[in-house]
Parts: sequence; C-alpha cells; structure tokens
Amino acid sequence: MTTRMVEVRAKVLKQNDLLARALRERFRREGTCVVGLVSSPGSGKTAFLEKLLAGLARDARVAALVGDLATENDAERLRRATPNVRQITTGTVCHLDAQMVEKALEEWRLDRIDFLFIENVGNLVCPSSYDLGEELRFVLLSATEGEDKPLKYPTIFNSSDVAIITKMDLAEAAEFDLPAARRNIESVRPGMQVFEVSAKTGNGMQAVFDLLHAQLASARQSQVAVTR
Amino acid sequence: MHELSIAISMIDQITEESANRGGLDVEAVHLRLGVFSGVDKDALLFAWELACEGSCLEGSRLVIESIPLVIYCDACQKDRVPPSVYQLSCPDCGTPGQKIVTGREIEVASLEVVA
Repeated sequence: MTTRMVEVRAKVLKQNDLLARALRERFRREGTCVVGLVSSPGSGKTAFLEKLLAGLARDARVAALVGDLATENDAERLRRATPNVRQITTGTVCHLDAQMVEKALEEWRLDRIDFLFIENVGNLVCPSSYDLGEELRFVLLSATEGEDKPLKYPTIFNSSDVAIITKMDLAEAAEFDLPAARRNIESVRPGMQVFEVSAKTGNGMQAVFDLLHAQLASARQSQVAVTR
Repeated sequence: MHELSIAISMIDQITEESANRGGLDVEAVHLRLGVFSGVDKDALLFAWELACEGSCLEGSRLVIESIPLVIYCDACQKDRVPPSVYQLSCPDCGTPGQKIVTGREIEVASLEVVA
C-alpha cells in the first residue's frame, strides 16, 4: 500500500481558542473583569471565592460560574454572597472549555456585571490546555497540600497569572515551608505574583481585592478604548 | 485525563479536513505535541484507539512527535532549553525566562493517506 503525506498544520484546540478569543473581546467590550480559578480538589477554591464575592459585592456587581463534575453544592454555597451564580455540571469532563462558558453566559447582561469569576473543575492538569477567555487566571495552592505542588504541575502554574496560597491559617500546623513554595512558584513561572490568604480569618484578602479593583479599572479603560 | 477530549477534537478536525479534500483514506496522523502542553503522550495514544472506534479514522495510527520546551533568554538574547519543565531558567546564565518559544503545541502536522 503506497501512502502520501498531506500537510495540515492545524491547532487541535483552534475552535476553543477562537471562541475564547471572542469571549475575551466580548468581556472587554462590556467592561467585565473576568477571573478564572484553577486548583486541585479541596484546596479551598469555593471558600476563597465565597470571600471574594462577599467582599467585592459591597461596592461592585459580581457573578460566578462554577464548574463541577456533579452536584450544585458549590453554587448553593456561593449564592449566599450573590444570586448571580450558575453551576456548570460537566458530567465526566474534567475541565471547562470556552463553549461551556459561552453557553452558561446565555441571557446574562455582562454590562451589568463588574466581576465575573469562573471556577474550574478541581484539577491541576486538564484545565491548563483550555483558554476560557478570562483576563486573569488564579491558580490556588493550599498550605496543607505541600510546597512542591508547583514543581509537580508546572503547566497549570505556568498558564496562570497569579498564585494564591490558601489556608494560611493552617500553615504552621501543616509545617508548610512558605519560602520553598514561593521559590517553586518562581521556578515554574518566573515573575508570578503570589498572595497568601486565609479565607477563614480573612487575612491577606485585602491585597487580592486591591488587585481586582486595579484590574477592573484597567478593564474599564480598555473598554473606553474599544468603544471609541 | 482530558486526552479523550483532545482525541475527539482531533477526529472532528481531521474529518472536516478530509471532507474539504474530497475524502481521504487516512492511514496515520502525525501530531506535534509540546512537552509543556499539559497533554500526556501515552494517555493520548491510549485514548486515540478508543476515540477512533466507529469513526472514519478507525484503525489509523497516531504518530506523536514530542516538541521540547524552549524559552527565550533575555540576558543571552537566545532561545534556550531550560534544565527541566519545572525550572524555567537559562541553562547557561541562570536567568529566569517566561517567554515560551516552543513546548505548548498540540498540532496536527500532517496526514498519511492511501495514495
């Protein structure tokens, strides 16, 4: 059997990338600051997001999309802070993709939302391949998980913009080596901003609020630039 | 394990490509896969067979070319291969580097089709 080669050179996730780009443009046009959250299961994503929503809702309009394999539990927890919460149940799929995000946004008026958070499925591997159109991606690492997580999952840390070390109130009990954690983050993503927080005590949250408000201000500025 | 999703995306894409070219009898698919793409080579090879069942690609081979991680060193002003995927710095001068040149690819390079 003779064969011949047909050149294709096509990105496998091109559809996702194109859709993510369209979403990103839409978010910019509407002036919505969109932040993705990724972490392993049980790292405190939902508790952190609960605090973020409650804190930001005092003077801003907030919303969240929450990805999970099953159950609506997380969405119900977050609705205590804002009614604008939608659950994306992925079934067996271990990550969110841009199409799921687009579908979940149906009928939402983005121009009436300042901050939109997209909580990915708890997984440090698969979400790294899928752009969701977010402006910033937070990767969470809890003090109880150990400081070497960044070295084990370099791709997800590298594809994120900001690292959040959660459960800092448990750091001492867990003998968490903070300088090593920071070194490891720097090793896989040089120059990455790192925040240490405790959703339980509220320590460190203000710095994250400040970052988000600055991000919103810049989103509004580029919105002006886009609409002009 | 999102390799099955990746395999399904590949099949969709190749099916479309084949239709655009009047129907191809694909014997092998050549994929360029970056070591920093987040996709595992062995898991993808395993998923490929499963995903192809019942599709026009059933029985096709998947040939994966691993693409190394290469970063750009601002200090040396050169492309460099870092010491490992978890240490993104220049092997020569040690400067940390965040500009990724290659290593993130998930790309169908070519199809080997029956002539």
